[in-house]
Amino acid sequence: MAEHKTLATTGNSVVAEAMRQCKPNVMAAYPITPQTTIVEEFAGFVAKGRTDCEYVTVESEHSAMSACVGASAAGARVMTATSSQGLALMWEELHIAAGMRLPIVMANANRALSAPINIHCDHSDIMGARDTGWVTFFAETAQEAYDNTIMAVRIAEHPDVMLPVMSTLDGFITTHSIDRVDVLDDASVSGFVGEYRPKNPLLNTEAPALHGSFAGLGGPFFEFKRQQREAMESARTVIKQVGDEYAQISGRPFDVIDTWGMDDAETAIVVLGSTAGNARHVARELRAQGEKVGVVKVRVWRPFPYAELAAALKGVKAVAVLDRAESFGAEGGPLFLETRSALYDAEARVPVVGYIYGLGGADVRLELIERVYQDLSDIAAGGVAPGSLVYLGAREEA
Amino acid sequence: MANLKELTHREDRLAGGHRLCAGCGASVAVRQVLLGAGEDPVVVGCATGCLEVSTTIYPYSSWKTPFIHNAFENAAATISGVEAAFAGLKRAGKIDADKKVRFVAFGGDGGTYDIGLQALSGAMERGHDMVYVCYDNGAYMNTGIQRSSATPKGAWATTSEVGVAQAGKRQVRKDLTAIIAAHGVPYAAQASISHWKDLTAKAEKAFNTPGPAFLNVFAPCPRGWRIPSSMTVEIAKLAVQTGFWPVYEVEDGVWRQTVRVANKKPIEEFLKPQGRFKHLFAPGNEALLAEIQADVDRAYEGVLKRCAAE
Ligand SMILES: Cc1ncc(C[n+]2csc(CCOP(=O)(O)OP(=O)(O)O)c2C)c(N)n1
Ligand code: SF4
Ligand SMILES: [Mg+2]
Repeated sequence: MAEHKTLATTGNSVVAEAMRQCKPNVMAAYPITPQTTIVEEFAGFVAKGRTDCEYVTVESEHSAMSACVGASAAGARVMTATSSQGLALMWEELHIAAGMRLPIVMANANRALSAPINIHCDHSDIMGARDTGWVTFFAETAQEAYDNTIMAVRIAEHPDVMLPVMSTLDGFITTHSIDRVDVLDDASVSGFVGEYRPKNPLLNTEAPALHGSFAGLGGPFFEFKRQQREAMESARTVIKQVGDEYAQISGRPFDVIDTWGMDDAETAIVVLGSTAGNARHVARELRAQGEKVGVVKVRVWRPFPYAELAAALKGVKAVAVLDRAESFGAEGGPLFLETRSALYDAEARVPVVGYIYGLGGADVRLELIERVYQDLSDIAAGGVAPGSLVYLGAREEA
Repeated sequence: MANLKELTHREDRLAGGHRLCAGCGASVAVRQVLLGAGEDPVVVGCATGCLEVSTTIYPYSSWKTPFIHNAFENAAATISGVEAAFAGLKRAGKIDADKKVRFVAFGGDGGTYDIGLQALSGAMERGHDMVYVCYDNGAYMNTGIQRSSATPKGAWATTSEVGVAQAGKRQVRKDLTAIIAAHGVPYAAQASISHWKDLTAKAEKAFNTPGPAFLNVFAPCPRGWRIPSSMTVEIAKLAVQTGFWPVYEVEDGVWRQTVRVANKKPIEEFLKPQGRFKHLFAPGNEALLAEIQADVDRAYEGVLKRCAAE
């Protein structure tokens, strides 16, 4: 294990620290709550000479990602951070970054999208970026946000992947709460991420390369997209390899999903991000009362761990999926749809119930999680049929 | 400034065989601007538009320079990222400290005056060492001749149609060069492909100016203007001679007219050869023509005043 120090600090602070330790050459970013303290802390590193990074204080998130695309194509290691409206404003560029196969690393402080305007946590921003071609991590804790950000660099720049990677953490809950975090020493991190060796950078002026060509009019657009899919599939293996290597220096084992109590669980909650902690807390109490309950936390959202999730849920009698984002008009939220899809090939048909919770930072109280386990236990006992989508904890009147 | 003979020995960095229309002013603008870059390597960025789609059809490239196309509205932000990478990689010791590279972004009037104005403003304000070149053909040509804020008043375009209720575009052009000059950039200039010596000299100045520089280059589009492809240079010259397109530079805040117009020709001489203004010469539009002349005079006098005041 590498040298490390234990800090009491916020998620945003350690994400900024992880970014500094990964030695980016360019950061182009724009402030937005609750991401702001990442870019502020990074600006502090710049002012204090603690990084070589060229910090581009762009005039919008669209330009942030545009400048990141230019800088990455130029051959630099590039990072940025955003949230919510900022991520939405970047949407066009998210596709371009992935389509141009640029290994940009971005942190996202997960926050609701307008309207109405709201600054608190949910996952609507990320889910809007779901199909943009970014490898996407969710963090439960500040520690995970720190670890994911460092691993993201290796995954993005891996020759079999060459895709942008997003390291997300829940707005305020994880970005701003003080948490216990083990931070590695600079040398271990820079040794772990290594040097970025770009293939055809713009700044190799002796061998002019063209980035961003026109591939319409019967050109190979379709075939390029297949290559992108193959890269995303390769990321499955690379994520595990990088996770194993990282565990050796961090002492923290990594897998694409994290399970609690799943060896003999009869009912389970599937969840993303910080709410996993609430779910485990309730599960632990129910276990103490003899209830066989479990929790599956999905740590990597893209590529989605279908096989791992299906294996973890094997033998379970009822599953609840907690979604902190809507997909209006669909049968449930995005995680619900993926979970049901993952279970389609399972031997036994398991009832899966979808819950929408915590939109716009609505509180995730423990009794709400208790209610979910109660629902599951009723369903598993055969007493009740699974109902339709539940808006968990929403007040009757607005 | 290099003379014509020297310029002819410089490498042409935009190869022939691209798919721009015959007589397209954009390629002329690019060639003349890149001649001003001298011998140093250049990295080119380009906004979506005619120039980009016609020179980058996979697997071909007309560019003998490194080239990046990102999207429509962000050529300035993109090239600012490339320039930032150059600075960052130098600082990290990954690029030789003595290496010199020029950074230039090309955008059409749509990609510059309209959708790209914010990204351009940001890049100019931040002070990147780059040159931004707008090739102004006065409409969204790539998507089929829709009006932009650079389209002249009275011009027909497919979104400023001509009919009984309307005689082409109702609004006057936006004065983009003055807007960029107002950013306090060290160098901003307006030029025309018809005055190659002036344009190349300005490009050279722009490239040699540390920090951000802006060139607004008049670059006719025979297809959209409804003129023969042989008339590109001539119509550009008329734009200058009628005062429609004053040719000047703003260097460290000092305005200077670089091509003087001895006897300003009536605006009709610029308008009449172009099919997009045909309706203006139908009976009943005399007042509109007079209004256009007055607009042009006012704008031109404004430039002269600023040049004289300095
Ligand atoms: C965000 C976005 N909106 C619209 C378009 C469609 N579009 C592509 S090029 C273009 C017009 C380009 O006009 P201009 O910048 O003047 O260049 P020109 O084609 O005239 O050379 C438009 C509207 C686009 N590609 N992206
Ligand atoms: S339509 Fe106009 S701007 Fe486009 S290639 Fe043809 S002449 Fe050039
Ligand atoms: Mg145009």
